[in-house]
Amino acid sequence: MRLVVDLNRCQGFAQCVFLAPDVFSLHGDEALLFSPRFDEAQRDRVEKAAAACPVQAILADYSDEPTKRVEPHVG
Amino acid sequence: MTSGTISAQITDYANRADPYPLYAELRKTPVLREDDGTYLVSTYYEVRNLANDPRLSNDTSNRPSGYARPGQPAEETGLPPGFIFTDPPVHDRLRDTVNRPFGPPHSPRFLDDLRGELTKVVTELLDAFEGKDQADIVEDFAYPLPVTAICKVLGVPRGDEPLFHGWADALASSLDPHPGDDGQEKGQRARQELGAYLSDLIETKRRHPGPGILSALTPDMTPADLAATAVLLLVAGHETTVNAITNTTLTLLRHPDILERFQKEPDLAVPLIEEVLRYEPPVQFVTWTTALADIDVAGTTIPKGSPVWLMLAAANRDPRRFEDPDRFDPDREDNEHLGFYTGIHYCFGAPLARIELHLAVPELFRRVKFSGLLEDPPPYRANAVLRGPRHLPVAIDGLTP
Amino acid sequence: MSADTDVEVLRRQGRIVVVGASLAGLRAAETLREKGFRGSLTMIGDEPYEPYDRPPLSKQALLGRARPEDTALPRRRDIDADWRLGVAAAALDRNAKLVRLANGDTVPYDRLLITTGTRARPWFHPEEAGLDGVFVLRTRGDSARLCRKLAGGVSRVLVIGAGFTGSEVASACRELGLEVTVAERGPAPLVGALGGVIGAVADRLQRRHGVDLRCGISVTALEGDDVGRLRRAHLSDGSAIDVEVAVASLGAMRNTEWLAGSGVAAGSRGVACDAGCRVFDVNGIVTDDIYAAGDVARSPHPLFDYQFLALEHWGNAVEQAEIAAHNMICAGPERRPHLWLPMFWSSQFGVNIKSVGVPSLGDRLVVAQGTLAEERFVAVYGYRGRVIAAASFDGAKWLGFYEQQIATGAPFPPEYRTVDRRTEALEPVDPDFPDPHLPTHGATVTLTGHSPSERRVVFVPSHA
Repeated sequence: MRLVVDLNRCQGFAQCVFLAPDVFSLHGDEALLFSPRFDEAQRDRVEKAAAACPVQAILADYSDEPTKRVEPHVG
Repeated sequence: MTSGTISAQITDYANRADPYPLYAELRKTPVLREDDGTYLVSTYYEVRNLANDPRLSNDTSNRPSGYARPGQPAEETGLPPGFIFTDPPVHDRLRDTVNRPFGPPHSPRFLDDLRGELTKVVTELLDAFEGKDQADIVEDFAYPLPVTAICKVLGVPRGDEPLFHGWADALASSLDPHPGDDGQEKGQRARQELGAYLSDLIETKRRHPGPGILSALTPDMTPADLAATAVLLLVAGHETTVNAITNTTLTLLRHPDILERFQKEPDLAVPLIEEVLRYEPPVQFVTWTTALADIDVAGTTIPKGSPVWLMLAAANRDPRRFEDPDRFDPDREDNEHLGFYTGIHYCFGAPLARIELHLAVPELFRRVKFSGLLEDPPPYRANAVLRGPRHLPVAIDGLTP
Repeated sequence: MSADTDVEVLRRQGRIVVVGASLAGLRAAETLREKGFRGSLTMIGDEPYEPYDRPPLSKQALLGRARPEDTALPRRRDIDADWRLGVAAAALDRNAKLVRLANGDTVPYDRLLITTGTRARPWFHPEEAGLDGVFVLRTRGDSARLCRKLAGGVSRVLVIGAGFTGSEVASACRELGLEVTVAERGPAPLVGALGGVIGAVADRLQRRHGVDLRCGISVTALEGDDVGRLRRAHLSDGSAIDVEVAVASLGAMRNTEWLAGSGVAAGSRGVACDAGCRVFDVNGIVTDDIYAAGDVARSPHPLFDYQFLALEHWGNAVEQAEIAAHNMICAGPERRPHLWLPMFWSSQFGVNIKSVGVPSLGDRLVVAQGTLAEERFVAVYGYRGRVIAAASFDGAKWLGFYEQQIATGAPFPPEYRTVDRRTEALEPVDPDFPDPHLPTHGATVTLTGHSPSERRVVFVPSHA
């Protein structure tokens, strides 16, 4: 499952870190680090974190499907 | 409606059960001047922008004399203001210090580690519903859980609750803009007594450290700052969460269609809780901000020194921001509500409140079969700021293990 | 057939081709579907990966907290596209309305969106750039290679250029416990983007975290051993240092070579487009079927004297892509201008650095809140008496206020009292930007020209 945080919106409220400390962390007082990929075990926590974000900066999708119709002749 | 009357109507107990029509009226004038020079701001973008505006102070000693100064202690209490009533840099120093044992970056798992114990509390409280055909959600569930939680967080003995309950109540009431004739004085006295109780406790912890953040903070804070912080967290830590849990229960029982859906889709709890925080925020408005400079807001200039009230509950129902705002809609997207305020004074205890809500709400509705509200509206507490039912009597039709 | 019918036909059965399967390309594709585009959508990307997020590559990835290959971007919705990944676009034929791919295929379009972005500027000496141990950091592959090298244990890392990426690399390496030398041609780190006053704070941060920071110094040569491994770097002061790894952080180059000869206004400064993302041809006439968005695009901004801004910013990529997508499939009067206020962030040495507006335009600076000494502050930049930008170190919650000040053209210096004001009166100083004619590492905002117009608009940002 894929995750991205809009760090322009993020103001370091850190609500996501409290709710999903294995996926989000603070680096210093304000800078947010996140794991761009997380597994099913974290899904419930990431949903809570995304809902709690005071500036709604967290985007996650819960599909792990590979991209359809990827060009076969890679490289 | 004349401008001088609206804050009086909002604080009038007769409107406690449903202040939302008044808030709608208020939003017609996004920045409204009361006769005494207080400004009420009620629309979403204006409230949000002011909460982020460095020209707005939370230190009410910046008000000219003659105005109420909530949060400013009487001198005889000997306690400095809690950090919510301070500005940076003092605010940032205090809040960062208190945050060290409480949250990230230093203690990201402190609250998470309390989940197990809090789950046990929820289970025990709900087990006690066995055999009952009615209950008071406030007394039987919504009050005991947050009290236990904040005691654990701070390291205050749970058994002392009867001791501090009255003080906390009086102190919360004194935040009300019109706390009655002797409310202000009662509040100051309560703060002093609660402060003395906590100072003793902190002194004990200094000698014999135990679990909880008060022990962890004794080396880093002056006894007075720590006692003031402890007072703030103890009061704010449960008064508001009681309301949040109660409001969630009340709102769900008023929306049987959503309740039915929730019972089939427990995952709905997460957006549903956020929607309650928008729809019925536990802190309805803040009365303790002051303009440090002339501030132009929505075509009105708020003059330097003016008391400013930020009407969070009105902003949360602003149709310019939330479509069909009076509808309780857990599917609402982009729910950037102001239920916990925003900016540097964003609720310190919000993560604790959310953890409690995430544990309590799904369990309550999974286990308890409700057959309805016994009183609607329920009786409310006097407080207009920390608005919530005093009791929530419900009829019960069984308990699932 | 009226223009409106054309738009309807396009929306129903048109062919839209996006060149650049990046953040901007993906968000544009999602927006097209969101807005009801039901025709065919082709996504062309030279890297063999689905769209991924770059910022973590110089932060979480180097710190070992995320793998570079795990940075695929989440989707807002299904885009039902034909993906042509791992094959670069090689040419544009505007007459035939088709894109030629490097493998010889052609892809016809009714509307084309160019989101080919930028690539890292390589170390100037090709032979030295080929040494084992010399890196750039831009792509997933770059990050993976650098991570592997660092994990193998190295004695010293040389970072060439102390812009944002270089500083982030230095920060991560110090956190990994590696010895780091940073060589910066300018007088301080971040000086191109934020000026010398703030650069001095960044300078202190680096040194306090144990970086061997050498400013006013350039690297003159990288020397390898007899099996082609980097072993030493020679500096302009005549000294040399032994290093196993060098990361060239010299800014970015825009991927426009494939457009050569196509007749669109594309060159080393990017692809010129109007505020509605429509690309200009070389005559300065706007095309109506070719759009550009993201790092590769440059467009006039009314707030900044209509200068053509090329913004290598994450947020700009997202918003410009959304605007381009909207404008591609709607009738003229419904088109929207791209009036994004430049905004970026960087985290390094435990500090969250953010900025809004265009600091490098500033002719004056005040520290409005906090202090430089505490490394926690908001600095406000003025330009001809109005607020033009703000930068914060661990003060992100205040930037929304200054964003509004910029958008409304508020007077500079700010006269009003605020919380955390440390002096009675604000004393504006020169922000101390280097002479723009001197070569330095890239600023994140590049000013690349002027439109003839001197008109002003009243710009009030939407609340949405």
